[in-house]
Amino acid sequence: MAGKPILHYLNGRGRMECIRWLLAAAGVEFEEKFIEKTEDLDKIKNDGSLMLQQVPVVEIDGMKLVQTRAILNYIATKYNLYGKDMKERALIDMYSEGVADLGEMIMHLSLCPESDTPPAEKDAKLTLIREKTTNRYLPAFVHVLKSHGQDYLVGNKLSRADIHLVELLYYVEELDPQAFGQLPSALKARVSSLLAVKKFLQPGSQRKPPMDEKIIKVKKVFRF
Amino acid sequence: MIKYYRNQETAIMAGKPKLHYFNGRGRMECIRWLLAAAGVEFEEKFIEQPEDLDKLRNDGSLMFQQVPMVEIDGMKLVQTRAILNYIATKYNLYGKDMKERALIDMYSEGVEDLGEMIMHLPLCPPDQKDAKIAQIKERTTNRYFPAFEKVLKNHGQDYLVGNKLSKADIHLVELLYYVEELDPSLLANFPLLKGLKARVSSLPAVKKFLQPGSQRKPPMDEKNLEEAKRIFRIK
Repeated sequence: MAGKPILHYLNGRGRMECIRWLLAAAGVEFEEKFIEKTEDLDKIKNDGSLMLQQVPVVEIDGMKLVQTRAILNYIATKYNLYGKDMKERALIDMYSEGVADLGEMIMHLSLCPESDTPPAEKDAKLTLIREKTTNRYLPAFVHVLKSHGQDYLVGNKLSRADIHLVELLYYVEELDPQAFGQLPSALKARVSSLLAVKKFLQPGSQRKPPMDEKIIKVKKVFRF
Repeated sequence: MIKYYRNQETAIMAGKPKLHYFNGRGRMECIRWLLAAAGVEFEEKFIEQPEDLDKLRNDGSLMFQQVPMVEIDGMKLVQTRAILNYIATKYNLYGKDMKERALIDMYSEGVEDLGEMIMHLPLCPPDQKDAKIAQIKERTTNRYFPAFEKVLKNHGQDYLVGNKLSKADIHLVELLYYVEELDPSLLANFPLLKGLKARVSSLPAVKKFLQPGSQRKPPMDEKNLEEAKRIFRIK
């Protein structure tokens, strides 16, 4: 058991899900400690586990890492998902950050509880996401893949950029099964069929379902 | 002789990173700070009209149709963090190994979280501004400054990570200047942060950048805000 990364977060997607995806795709087994009551969060706040009083926090290799990007960068480096040199890393970062920008918009939409949010506001957000997805983000990634014709975004090798993008494509698909415009469907299929990812996509894995009312309320209580 | 000089000048010019942004701090300022602190000369091409931004978009220079964009080493990099990470790696400001990088990332991201709040203040509706400022001050005093002061106290070294200047120190010191602009008293109870600020500020490259006439940008005023809104077509 010692040696496995331990993830501290809610039992929901939020800001931890991209970390779960990356570990899973890297074939790394991990444990989860779910924050369910105020006492759980207070405990890790008070024992100095949280540098900035926030989760996600991941215990890995003797460190208690906070800040999603710090965690992702470390995992990607450790498991060789960060390119072979500085220039490949720059491309991977550029693509990953683009994915994160759209992902953030989608996450904020999912955090609008049905009960509290006026439909007009939710529609406006959804329209904006659709527009950005179709006109900005998907075309950018399709263009990258077309320009080199390779199987993966960078360096003809699986990297975190591919994993983050494919995770995002699943969320885009959840929002609209018809999907908007051209999806990089070949990449999605290819990454989804990698053994570790295939396993993660099965029911019963540590992959989390869409945020529901219950989790959103918990998140609000903890002011995440 | 003249030919040699001209070629050399061209070579030097061709080597300098080129920053594309509007003439203001925004999301480019941390990049200016990092380059400056690394002692790297850079050029700036200011976007002054919406049409300038359109041009960059239409000629395919902007992967996600957004600036900042930095031309460096044959690449047109967008996304602030991608740019910062590349510069930090190139100029040895990113620690000596994976674990140091993790700490540097953790600290840099914390700085960024607070920095983002401060950056958005000019865009805040007037009726919400006081509350926002109060929140920033509270977070600064109770969350961010104590965390960084503790890091410095725990190892007692001159810099945040690995006893060596890194991007984390540069980002943090830049932030300290912005907090000081907001309220100088906030730094009062954090002697180690004050020490870091003084230390980094006295490095020759940083000292130069802090002088008037450098490429460092002033705080956003009404005019600068209107310019940004006009260029980026924000209502």
